[in-house]
Amino acid sequence: MKAFTYERARSPAEAAAGAARNPGATFIAGGTNLLDLMKLQIETPTHLIDVNGLALDRIEATPDGGLRIGALVRNTDLAAHERVRRDYGVLSRALLAGASGQLRNKATTAGNLLQRTRCPYFYDTNMPCNKRQPGSGCSAIGGVTRQHAVVGSSEACIATHPSDMAVAMRALDAVVETVKADGMTRRIPIAEFHRLPGDTPHIETSLDRGEFITAVTLPPPLGGRQFYRKVRDRASYAFALVSVAAIVQRDGTGRVALGGVAHKPWRVEAAETDLPRGAKAAMAEILQGARPTHDNAFKLPLAERTLASVLAEARG
Amino acid sequence: MKFETPATNNPIDQLKIVGQPVDRIDGPRKTTGTAPYAYERHDVARNQAYGYVLGAGIAKGRVTAMDTAAAKAAPGVLAVVTTLDMPRLEKGQLNTASLFGGPDIQHYHQAIAVVVAESFEQARDATAMIRVSYARAPGRFDLAAEAPKAQLATGDSGEGSGAPHEDRTGDFEGAFAQAPVKLDATYTTPDESHAMMEPHASIAAWEGEKLTVWTSSQMIAWGKRDLAKTLGIPTESVRLDSPFIGGGFGGKLFLRADAVLAALGARAARRPVKLALTRPLVANNTTHRPATIQHIRIGAGRDGRITAIAHESLSGDLEGGGPETAVAQTKLLYAGANRLTAMRLAILDLPEGNAMRAPGEAPGLMALEIAMDEMAEKLEIDPIEFRIINDTQVDPEHPERPFSQRQLIQCLRQGAERFGWNRRNATPGQRREGRWLVGMGVAAGFRNNLVMKSGARVRLDAGGRVTVETDMTDIGTGSYTIIAQTAAEMMGVPLDKVTVRLGDSSFPVSAGSGGQWGGNSSTAGVYAACVKLREAVAQRLAFNSVEAEFVDGQVRAGNRSAPLGQAAGADGLVAEDTIEYGELATRYQQSTFAGHFVEVGVNAATGETRVRRMLAVCAAGRILNPKSARSQVIGAMTMGVGAALMEELAVDKRHGFFVNHDLAGYEVPVHADIPHQEVIFLDEMDPVSSPMKAKGVGELGICGVGAAVSNAIYNATGVRVRGYPITLDKLLDRLPQVT
Ligand SMILES: Cc1cc2nc3c(=O)[nH]c(=O)nc-3n(C[C@H](O)[C@H](O)[C@H](O)COP(=O)(O)OP(=O)(O)OC[C@H]3O[C@@H](n4cnc5c(N)ncnc54)[C@H](O)[C@@H]3O)c2cc1C
Ligand code: SF4
Repeated sequence: MKAFTYERARSPAEAAAGAARNPGATFIAGGTNLLDLMKLQIETPTHLIDVNGLALDRIEATPDGGLRIGALVRNTDLAAHERVRRDYGVLSRALLAGASGQLRNKATTAGNLLQRTRCPYFYDTNMPCNKRQPGSGCSAIGGVTRQHAVVGSSEACIATHPSDMAVAMRALDAVVETVKADGMTRRIPIAEFHRLPGDTPHIETSLDRGEFITAVTLPPPLGGRQFYRKVRDRASYAFALVSVAAIVQRDGTGRVALGGVAHKPWRVEAAETDLPRGAKAAMAEILQGARPTHDNAFKLPLAERTLASVLAEARG
Repeated sequence: MKFETPATNNPIDQLKIVGQPVDRIDGPRKTTGTAPYAYERHDVARNQAYGYVLGAGIAKGRVTAMDTAAAKAAPGVLAVVTTLDMPRLEKGQLNTASLFGGPDIQHYHQAIAVVVAESFEQARDATAMIRVSYARAPGRFDLAAEAPKAQLATGDSGEGSGAPHEDRTGDFEGAFAQAPVKLDATYTTPDESHAMMEPHASIAAWEGEKLTVWTSSQMIAWGKRDLAKTLGIPTESVRLDSPFIGGGFGGKLFLRADAVLAALGARAARRPVKLALTRPLVANNTTHRPATIQHIRIGAGRDGRITAIAHESLSGDLEGGGPETAVAQTKLLYAGANRLTAMRLAILDLPEGNAMRAPGEAPGLMALEIAMDEMAEKLEIDPIEFRIINDTQVDPEHPERPFSQRQLIQCLRQGAERFGWNRRNATPGQRREGRWLVGMGVAAGFRNNLVMKSGARVRLDAGGRVTVETDMTDIGTGSYTIIAQTAAEMMGVPLDKVTVRLGDSSFPVSAGSGGQWGGNSSTAGVYAACVKLREAVAQRLAFNSVEAEFVDGQVRAGNRSAPLGQAAGADGLVAEDTIEYGELATRYQQSTFAGHFVEVGVNAATGETRVRRMLAVCAAGRILNPKSARSQVIGAMTMGVGAALMEELAVDKRHGFFVNHDLAGYEVPVHADIPHQEVIFLDEMDPVSSPMKAKGVGELGICGVGAAVSNAIYNATGVRVRGYPITLDKLLDRLPQVT
């Protein structure tokens, strides 16, 4: 960890302005991801702007019947919130499938969206990694890649986004609300929030420098049966090999987003018209153009089988 | 005391305190955070500075230059010691790779520098400022690829069952060719990490030429000797102290870089230095259980009798290292006139392979006990019956050597009854509960019982309090408690009148904790010392020592009685002795046995395996404390589930290192993976093992579990997986269709 200076932000706009002014600045929320990365010097901020004191820890109804989740709402509180459990079951389930109770008590909504990949080569600073050190190369390609992406990857990076929460939010079509350094606010649909790696895998989101997340809004409830099925090697406390967030209506239509397969929560809306025809047809389209490695080719049949079992449960 | 003839009646047989399920006497200290673990010993030396270790960033080659200017100038830095500052240090007797010194790199994350600073954060930050230039050399990192070059090897990790090069009895090839029913299969087990909770940690302080190291070590005397050897100082100049150890599993049997670099850092900084290895260094700087490729052939008659059995194992290690002795159990577990066992060793440039909980038997049984299941199926015999048919009460290679005790059949039969084995459907893939395919598996558990010389000192004071001192260690096993029970039983005092002090190299040398020999051997050492103390007490009180009874804090003979403490006088009374073993271990084969039963559910869609319940029935001599013994066995069963389903150090075969070098990437079971475990100990006493009539259990608990899980998966799904860990990707394409 490099030595750093520290301040407490007084308002979201000030936080954004401060971060834009100081090229070494980073926000710290729960710190459950950032501090680990700082200890390993994968991230080396020289200035931390602590945003925990900002009053962004509320969940409120929106006029259209949706929900506005403050950026600092802890994962535990979000998962337990009555309306989330009733109307957005997929989100509650996704959160509870992630990390551990202790981590969820600290982890925030914004921090969770911005958590970084778990590619082991990203974590070992002896190894080249385009995401950590642009242009140095990708050690994962040709190496140990059981956890890595099968779709949407590039020659520069095959990492996945590890969040469970974000996959549910993608299925729900959440919107990320931000404030920029100049005080302007904007609303970014979650589909456009995370990026594919392309040849700039170090740029992971569409946020500008210093841009600060204030909230995530959920559209009005979709109804249907909501599932989050996370497949992993042990029963708890592991990242997804594949996860399926699904909202299935009585007539068999619905939405599906996948975790563990790409650099971002993976959803192909066009494929959803095929859902009533079953998992095989839908998944073929969702994972079209997939380029798995030898180690992770199993994720293709696994995703299809997992979706099939979710659809069966939805019917049953 | 020399133990040369089977034990007869002795005071331990009273079983007033020994054999009782008493709570850990060190429990309150552990649960209140006051048990002093190595890294937290702030009080033992003033002015402690912090060390941080830098590991090599390449697996093989040479360090050509190290630029330490920035690190030395960084805030708080007191000293920087690099591997280029000194020639390669002499190796400890039990180390394969050198721990420090010289430019050559033998494996990834071999230590190349230690930085000492006022704070941990400063030391870590400065370490990252060291710029290292390397000349890389090609290395050998792929076990299967090196197989053709592997040589026959003898194996003795110093901590497990040894085996010579190639062992033949009868004519294996001939008998196998003739056998009407045969199996010829290859099984693989991966590299595994000890992944104990507490990483390797040491605090070192010099006083002139004398060095004290507060550390976390399973084997105090080995560590002391090898630290002195590595530093080139007399053994007498070194003192090690390790009263509490946060797990070891074999990872702390040997001297490691933490102690060496704390000592070097302390010398350079002229301050006591504390340091711990980081998680990545635990995986790549220290030792691990080596991967194996095991070839097993079994031939049997239609009656189920094995006529030919061969087990050949390949593993890899650095030059000068040894093989994983995965064939050890196959020499002893089943009958059969024609036998072959062999081990081959390939030279690999991966980190050093070495002992991990039940070295040899743990991975060996993971293969052998699947093979037995496969054979039973071919023979259409129940797998329990097949094992019973092939039971042997003598060493099959040396029939003149009987087993001292062997209740494998009872373990299996009782386990079958208790577990409801008769509800298992012999045809796989038949039982379905919702989305789960459910199956049961069984495996035999086997681990040799090793006995080790062990010493102790016991002191009696005027208040009748007994203090035991021995360099024995408690790695979470319960050594404190069973030693206290032994002394209390022997001296006729309640448990709270006994103080136990462990882990200090100034105490008599004990067996230490390894190879599941610690419990039996160390208590036998305490027994020996107590026998001496009883004699001294009797003499002081003018009792006839043969008649004297030690009961309720009193010494009695005839109608005379005196308080025990009276014998101590003002100065106390001290006795010291060491238990040593004669030839019983060669005349008898001493082993421990278990029947492991597992029920799993395999998710029919995803292939995820979740263990539903487990049972171990163990026959392991006298159980000194059923509570701590049970803890040992359930912990080992949990580790067996890890080995079966998830544990694997993933090798990057290009760069030559274990990639998943933290506890996020190296998965071990969590609570949710372990729903229900039961342990039964059969009544047994083994008078051949020691005066305690006890044997080891801590490793028996893992031996066979992996195969029982695997066999249960087969029973659930009909999919036979011969490569561990059995992750879902290995099942997926052979599971039923989902629609
Ligand atoms: C052992 C372990 C296991 C885990 N398992 C899982 C799992 O199974 N599933 C899963 O989904 N997650 C898992 N996680 C990740 C966990 O969910 C994240 O660490 C957590 O959500 C991050 O939230 P935080 O508030 O602590 O973020 P921080 O660490 O504080 O911040 C993360 C990043 O977000 C930025 N940031 C924070 N707030 C804002 C804001 N308001 N605006 C702009 N930028 C901001 C920070 O600058 C930083 O770059 C695991 C983590 C650990 C350590
Ligand atoms: S996959 Fe991405 S994160 Fe991993 S090593 Fe390659 S570039 Fe780095």
